[in-house]
This record gives sequence, C-alpha cells and structure tokens, in this order.
Amino acid sequence: MLVSLNWLNELIDVSDYTPEELAEIITKTGIEVEGVDPVAEAATGVVVGYVKSCGQHPNADKLSLCQVDVGEETLQIVCGAPNIAEGQKVAVATPGAVLPGNFKIKKTKLRGEESNGMICSLQELGVDEKDVPEEYKEGIFVFPENVEPGQDAIKLLNLDDKIIELGLTPNRADAMSMAGVAYEVAAAIDGSYTLEEEQLDTVEEPASNYVSVQVEDAEANPYYGAFVIQDVQVGPSPLWIQNRLTASGIRPINNVVDITNYVLLEYGQPLHAFDFDRFGSDQIVTRRAKDGEVIKTLDDQERTLTPEHLVITNGEEAHAIAGVMGGAKSEVQDDTKTILLEAAYFSPSVVRQSSSDHGLRSESSTRFEKGVDPNRVERAGKRAAELLQKYAGGTVLQGVVSFDELDRSEKQVTIETSVINKRLGTEISPEEIGQILRRLQFTFVQDGEVFHISAPTRRGDIERFEDMLEEVARIYGYDNLPFTLPQGASQAGGLSLNQQLKRKIKAYFEGAGLDETITYSLTKEDWATKLVSPEVEREAVSPVGLAMPMSEEHSHLRLSQLPEMLQSLSYNVARKQNDLAYYEVGTVFISEEENVTKQPREVLRASGALTGQWLAHPWQQEKKEVDFFVVKGIVEGLSELLDIPFEYEKGKLPDMHPGRTAIIKAGGKEIGFIGQVHPKLQKAFGLKETYVFDLNAEELMSQYEKEEAFQTIPRYPSVSRDIALVVDETVAAGDIAATIEEAGAPLVKDVQVFDLYQGEHMEEGKKSLAYNLLYLDPNRTLKDEEVEAAHENILNAVKEQHKAELRS
Amino acid sequence: MKERLEQLKQEALQKVDQATDVQGLKDVRVEYLGKKGPITEVLRGMGKLSKEERPVIGQLANEVRESIAEAIDSKQSRLEDEALEKQLEEESIDVTLPGRPVQVGGPHLLTSIVEEIEDLFIGMGFEIKEGPEVETDYYNFEALNLPKGHPARDMQDSFYVTEELLMRTHTSPVQARTMGQKNGQEPVKMICPGKVYRRDTDDATHSHQFTQMEGLLVDKDVRMSDLKGVLNTFAKQMFGEDRDIRLRPSFFPFTEPSVEMDISCKMCGGEGCSVCKQTGWIEILGAGMVHPNVLEMAGYDPEEYSGFAFGMGPERIAMLKYGVDDIRHFYTNDSRFLKQYHKA
Ligand SMILES: [Zn+2]
Repeated sequence: MLVSLNWLNELIDVSDYTPEELAEIITKTGIEVEGVDPVAEAATGVVVGYVKSCGQHPNADKLSLCQVDVGEETLQIVCGAPNIAEGQKVAVATPGAVLPGNFKIKKTKLRGEESNGMICSLQELGVDEKDVPEEYKEGIFVFPENVEPGQDAIKLLNLDDKIIELGLTPNRADAMSMAGVAYEVAAAIDGSYTLEEEQLDTVEEPASNYVSVQVEDAEANPYYGAFVIQDVQVGPSPLWIQNRLTASGIRPINNVVDITNYVLLEYGQPLHAFDFDRFGSDQIVTRRAKDGEVIKTLDDQERTLTPEHLVITNGEEAHAIAGVMGGAKSEVQDDTKTILLEAAYFSPSVVRQSSSDHGLRSESSTRFEKGVDPNRVERAGKRAAELLQKYAGGTVLQGVVSFDELDRSEKQVTIETSVINKRLGTEISPEEIGQILRRLQFTFVQDGEVFHISAPTRRGDIERFEDMLEEVARIYGYDNLPFTLPQGASQAGGLSLNQQLKRKIKAYFEGAGLDETITYSLTKEDWATKLVSPEVEREAVSPVGLAMPMSEEHSHLRLSQLPEMLQSLSYNVARKQNDLAYYEVGTVFISEEENVTKQPREVLRASGALTGQWLAHPWQQEKKEVDFFVVKGIVEGLSELLDIPFEYEKGKLPDMHPGRTAIIKAGGKEIGFIGQVHPKLQKAFGLKETYVFDLNAEELMSQYEKEEAFQTIPRYPSVSRDIALVVDETVAAGDIAATIEEAGAPLVKDVQVFDLYQGEHMEEGKKSLAYNLLYLDPNRTLKDEEVEAAHENILNAVKEQHKAELRS
Repeated sequence: MKERLEQLKQEALQKVDQATDVQGLKDVRVEYLGKKGPITEVLRGMGKLSKEERPVIGQLANEVRESIAEAIDSKQSRLEDEALEKQLEEESIDVTLPGRPVQVGGPHLLTSIVEEIEDLFIGMGFEIKEGPEVETDYYNFEALNLPKGHPARDMQDSFYVTEELLMRTHTSPVQARTMGQKNGQEPVKMICPGKVYRRDTDDATHSHQFTQMEGLLVDKDVRMSDLKGVLNTFAKQMFGEDRDIRLRPSFFPFTEPSVEMDISCKMCGGEGCSVCKQTGWIEILGAGMVHPNVLEMAGYDPEEYSGFAFGMGPERIAMLKYGVDDIRHFYTNDSRFLKQYHKA
C-alpha cells in the first residue's frame, strides 16, 4: 500500500513528525514501513504557463514557436510536443530551473529561434511512465482546470509529496485504505481521526424505477447495492484526484473510473461503474457462472468460467466477474451518460478463486479477498455518487437498490487486565488499557479490571482474546516489555545419540580432508535414479516427483546425493578447480509406491565424491591422484571410528566402473557402495576419474554401540609373523584375509596386506600377496610352538580354499 | 728413570696435541700405552730399583699413563664433536620450503551457523528435534492454523507431491508433531533446524531450497517477556554483546501476537546506513506467542498452557554475519566458497 503523505496529512495532522519519524512510529506500533520515497525526483523552477500563442517554427516542421505567459513575464519558447496548442495551461521550466536527473534549463536558440525555457511532459517532471495518463504519454501535460500563470507547478502536481510504502501482512486488510491508515496512525500517535459522513444530494426520482437487484447465492454475495447516476459527462478528473491516484500508483483515466478508484483508495471498498445503456437490461442478477460460460473482460480477453466463479449479469449474460474485473461490453466510454454504480460485498474465497483461476490480481480483488468492512460498502457507493455528482456533472437518483443479507455486527471480546499482564509479563493498569482502547477507537464497557469490547467491523482480524492481547501489546509498545527468562522447571538440553553421531561422522570426514557440501534435494528426473545404492534401488519403486515442478532441473526427489554432488564437482572443474574432495550427509527419499500416497521414507546417507589430486607436493615431485584406495581408506577409517566392521564385495552397478566397484556390508546388511564412477557418466559431467562412496548413515547409527567399558591394554606381548602367498590373480585379497582370520582364531588378532606383486619372476596369471599376522593371547605369553601350530593351520586353510602356495 | 718417564709424558702429550683425527690418537695410544710401549718397558726395568724407589716410580709411571690416557680421551671426544658438528652442518635444509601437505576439510558455512545456534539454545535447555521434509498438508498447514483456502497460504507457495503431501515450507510441522506427542501435558522446549522448500525461482536473494531454524517453548505461564528475554540472550551471543534488539508487530497464522525481531545495525551503530536501509535496524527473525488454535490442535488447553515460537533463516544470518552476497553460493558448492568458511 502506497500512502501519500500529503493526503494523509489532510486526514490526520502528522506535520509534527518528519516522514522518517512517522515511518518509525508506524513500524513499531503495527505495520512495517518498507520505504519513504519522494513521489518524483526533486525539480525546481517549474511554473504554470499560459500559451498565449502558438505557431509554426519558421525553420523546423516539427517544432512550434510559442509565447507563454508565466505570470511576471511572457517567454518565447520552442516546443516539440505534438499536442501543444494555444490557450493551454502548461508546466514551464523557466531558465534556471532544474529538472530530475539534474537537468538544468538555460536560455538557448533552437534552429535560429530563441527559446527561454521548456514546456514539460510529466515524464520530464519525474512522474513514472506507467502513471502518466494515456493522452499525455506522447506529449506535454495540460492542466485540466483553472490555474494561474506563475503558480508553482510542482506543488500543483503534488510532485513534492512523499510516499510511505506499507508492507501489509494478510491480517491488516483494514490498512488497505487511506481511512484505515488514518485510524492506525491516529492510534499510533494518539491523534484523532474519523471517516467523514458522505454528503449526497439526490433527485426525488428513485433508482428503483430503473433497476432491480437479484442475488442467487447470498453466501457468495451477501450484499449488492446499485446506484443510478444520470447525465454524466465523461472527461478528465480534477487535478487533486489525479494527483492522489498518481501518488498511489494508479494511472488516471477519466473522471468516472478515477472516482471509483479514488473511493477504493479512500474507503478500501472496490466499486464498479457500468454504462447503464450498454448494460442492456433493467435487472441485475448475480449468480454462479455456468460451466463454460464466456465473458470478454475489460482487457479484451475472452475468459471461460465455471460455477466456482460469481458473475454479475443483466439477467442473461455476464457483465462482470464479481470483484475481479468488469466486462468489455458495458465499459464506461467517452459517450457514457448513465452510470450503474455497483457497491457490493463478495465473499473473499469466491473472489480468491476467480482471481487465481484467471490470473487477475487487481486492486479490487486483493481487497475483496482479504475482506472489506461490511459497514463501509454502501457508504463507499454514496461517496462515489457524491463525487460523480460534483466532478462528472451527474444527477444521482434517490436511494440504493440492494439485496442485503450482510452481517454488520461487531465482534464482542472480553479481556481481563490480569490475564493480559500474565501473558505479556507486564504490569499494565486498567486505566492504561482503557486509554489504549480509546486510541484504537474500540468501544467498550469497563467493569473493574475487565473490559467488554466491541471490535469495529473495519478490524475484521479481531476475533478473540489473543487478538486483543496483540492490540494492547503493540500500542503499549513492545519496547516497554521487560526482558525475563522462562520460569518453568528447567530441563537439560542436548543432542540425541543420533545427533551426536551425525556430528561425529561429519567431523571425521572433515578430519579426513573432505569438505562438506549441501546440494539440492530436488533434482532432474534422470539424475534422481542415478548412482543409487543397491539396497535403496530395491526398495524404491521410482523417485518421488513433484505434482507441478517449476523446472525440469528440480522436479524429482533424490534417491542418491551423488548426482548433485557430481554436478558440484563439475561446476568447480569448469572453473579450473580440479582437486576436489567432498562429502555430504543428507536425506534421500524412498517410496515403495508407484503412485505416491504416503510420505516417502527419509533416510540419512553419508556420501562422498572425490576427483583430481589427493596429495601433491610439487618441489618433491610427488603426486597422488585420487584412486579407489584413497577413498576406501576414508571409508575404512569411518568403520574403525564407529567400531563397525565393513565387508567389501566386488559388485556391478549401472553407473559405476564395472571393475572398480564394491558393495559395502555391515552387520550382514548392505549399507552402500564405493568405487569409480562409470567413465561414460564421468564424461557426461565433464569429469576425469572420479570416485564416490555412499553409505546408509542411519543404519550405521543403529548398529553403533556406545562403548560402555574400557578394554584393558594387553599385558603380554604379541607375536608378529609375515606370510607371502602365490595365488591366481583373480583371488580377492580380502577373501584370503578372511580365511586367515578364521583359521587363525582365536590367536590371530589382526591381518594386514603389506605387499602385492605381479609381473617379472611371477608366473603368468599369478600374483603374490604378503600378509602380516599378529598373534596374541591376552592372558599369557605365547609359546613359539603354539604360534607355529596356528601358522601351519592357516597355511593349510589358504591352500585348500584358495590354492595358495607359500612364495619361495 | 724418573726423568725418562717425564720425558715420555712430554713426548706423548705433544703427539696427542698434534693429532688431527681419531686414527692419529689411536696410534698415540698404541705407541705409548700398548703392551710393547715405552712405559711398560720402564715398569719392566723396575726390578733393578731399590725397595724404597720401586713404589715411587711405580706410582709415577701410573700417573704418567693416566694423564696420557686422559689427554687422548679428551682430545678424542673433542674431535668427535667437531666431526659431528661438521656432519650436521652438511645435513642442513631450507626450512622455508613448504611442508608435506595434510588434507584439511571443513564444514559448510550453513552447518557452522546451524550448529552454533543449536549449541547456544542447548545451553538454554532446548532439545534439537527433526522431522520429515516431505510433509502432510495437515502438519505443514492445518495444524498450524492454516486451514485449506486460508489466504496466508499464499505467503509460501509450495511444491506439492500429491494433494495431501508437499515439500515442507517451514520447519514448524516438527513443532506440531512434537507437541502432539506430549498429549497436551508436558512442556516442550525445542529447536528444529532443517531444509525447507518454496516455489521460488533461484536468484541472488531467493532459493527454492533453504534452511530454517525454529524454536518452541510451551509450558504453563509462558510470557511474552520470556520470548523477549530468550531472543535477547540469543542475539547478544550470536551477534555481539553490544547489539540491541527490538520487537515490532507482524503477522504469522500460527502465532498471536506475532512480532519480528530486529537487531541494531553493526555497520552504523544504529545511525542508519545502506546495510540497514537507513533504519538502524536489521530484521533477523519472526516470532510470537503460539496461537491458541495451534495449542488446541496439539491437545493443549490454551487457558492453562501458553508458549512462544520463533523462526529464522541461517542463510540470512550467514549473509549478514559474513557479507555473503548471493544465496546461490550456499548450494553451488564452489570450492573457494567452501574453503573460505572453514573457521566460521
Ligand atoms: Zn546501518
């Protein structure tokens, strides 16, 4: 809502405050002021000029040579505007004037003729192009009425005004009018304001002789009032109305339209003027539209309606979509003589439906949608009729023809001072509360500390105790509330075990050298199914899609964090940042339904994506590219940290390198995978070798056991033995290690591969693997014979299970 | 013989002195102190001496041996030190060359902010609660006093999955769920951080996905002044002791009264500058007293229980605190951005 300060000051005296002070007060008591700006950039030296004569410039076809009376003197001015004419009153920038954009006006010669100033267009005076009336868009502005040469044109055009921009929250529909703003400001500064009574003179002939009103759906349209105004002369509105519309961001059109818009701004009540002769009947029937009914609206669009929309008809065809837009057929035109003026109350939800279905949000619809003041509907009609009579030469017929089932009752709310204080933590006295209610102009009956309040209908948001609590608090001032701390029994706050674990896992990845990313949960449909862990893949029928996505980029919920993470890698690589190690702990969304009806299961996963160099030490000529084992080392570290053993099995996944991928299991369950991204997918993302892992963090958390007891450090020494084995190159090192552990139990505590050899001196298709074994008995020192026996056992087992031979 | 011993001593000491390396000293040792050396020879010739002279000469011979041995030892250790020093000098390196790199990773800036706020409220006795990102219409809207067709639903255009399911538009449903679990009996004191989603086109100030952190306290006799006190503690710890807060009226369907909290502008100290749009204040969060309809729907008796709630955007806080100028930075994961905030 744009509030003209000059207009406001005529409703309520705010001259004691600077615009900034006033903005601060309004903001602190109720409505956020989003800005205070001049209506136009400052201009000086612009006065009214009377064009005494206007002739062709002798040396230029498109220029006129004018003699302009500017009060104290007559100036010769060359003007290029097509609409300049003798007898006009115009705005003249005299020599020495400064126009917006710091444009200084000087005496000059144009094509050999002296020009002592400039006749201005509204745009040149700083008026926003969109607020300039159609007839002046391509030329100079012409004053519509009697103004005197030499008068300050800036003042006359209200270009010295300031505009307070209010950011209205949906509950404050009351402030969508100047009257409402004046009530609000009055309460804020403890001033006084009341909306004046309308002064309407009518002829004796009743409007009901001309028109009848019939409402079919009283719930959607509880009030419809029709006024009839005859003998109207359509023309420009008086300057003050144009000025106020311009300041409020509404372009002046003609007196009839301007007056309905003016009353909309003044009262907050949208009105509609039909050309009665073009309306084509003497009966107004409001009803639900028929399915498929078509109306051509004022903007020349054909609109197809449904019974969800309400229309104003002449008994046959629709002439307006109620509360949203009038029809083209009965639009007020220059030759309109008789006005049928509508003042109605349309149900907010019906207007909301129509405006959203037709994409028509207007000054009217937004007000109806939030609910207009039922006690101001008919008054607004009277006010418009009054103005049409004064400024459009109209004759107003007596009375308003109406259908009326409108509830105009005031809401009753009772408040107790002690409860107010208990809720706010204050010590406000009943006297102060009475004072606050008077400032708000709420009528009330006081009974000791209890107030029985009638909330005015303009404040439709006041319904119950808490609403009044807010009214009292905001006028009393939030600054005056004390600072206290909650009194209730205190509890120990803290993180749950899983929250602690999540932080622990993240800290681990960071310690291991990975940067945390946060990527989008909504991704492309194609990406939503890529790089999905096999156990997720089995469960999720298809990725969950949005009903109406805004773009293909973000249309489906991810089943894996990895595609968006690869996108992040790709973004960096495109910017020459090639060495990247990222992790993310976030949610994926698994639905077991083809057509989703239930909330998908949201599972926390820990994923990583690495590419480029892992370690680089240039002056020592050392480089280590990220490879499978770098990433596996990181995953193994996590396994060790959480004390959950992971098993790795070679696996094949659609988007992964078929030879460099492992499925990871923990506690016998599949929990994720690790490996190199399939080269085709790497290429699609513009990436070189890229390795990823993806783990079910939630499963890890559930398998995690918080260590209770400390394990004693073994007192007896362990015995270390190495063993080198020759096996087929297809035998997995992990399988041999598992066999060693099994055969060596319980004495073998640890098995580590320390050498892998293939090539020279090795039979084709064979490889040598060397392991270090650690034997330990926590209760005594092991004897050599015992170790020998266990070692023998192990050798037999690997020979039997893997055809492994001791390397000679 | 006395003279002979003295002479040998002088000779030996002179040779020790002249020796330049460990081998030279070894030679001296063998020459003078060895079994075939002159001193042994002198001792062997002692038989010719008288009873009285024997012990005197014997003692003198021992003294001469010891002083020669001592001189050799001391010279040897000096030579060894010199050799070591020389060797160490040769081993010196350029200490200004860079070290072997260790990979350093770090948290995302939003995580740092979220955890800082979490820890701050944990200190005030709050729990951290989480909830689903795909919510039911009931918990996202209806339980929060936003029935179907409520105009305020416009304020947060949503991504629907089905008619009844949507991407949550705020983390408030976690509050509704948590309250619902208490059967209207126990107090609630919680913070709920998480991702939320709205139908916005991504640009410098809008993101279809962003982070929200909300807090809720429900108990008997919770006062609005408690809200002011808690928010003041939060603001001072988060933004600095010298910052003031102010509350001003606002509107949220789930609170009544509703307020917005501003903090005094650090850039201008409240005088007004471009950062605070000349107002001296910067908007930080929305808050209010829990709407009685919300309490009722969760099973609390609003006559007996009251509460406050607040909500803020970690992106906005990060943008204010660190001057991040484009919200998209949080989600493109530019490595230069991520690395910059490791210490945040
Ligand atoms: Zn500032």
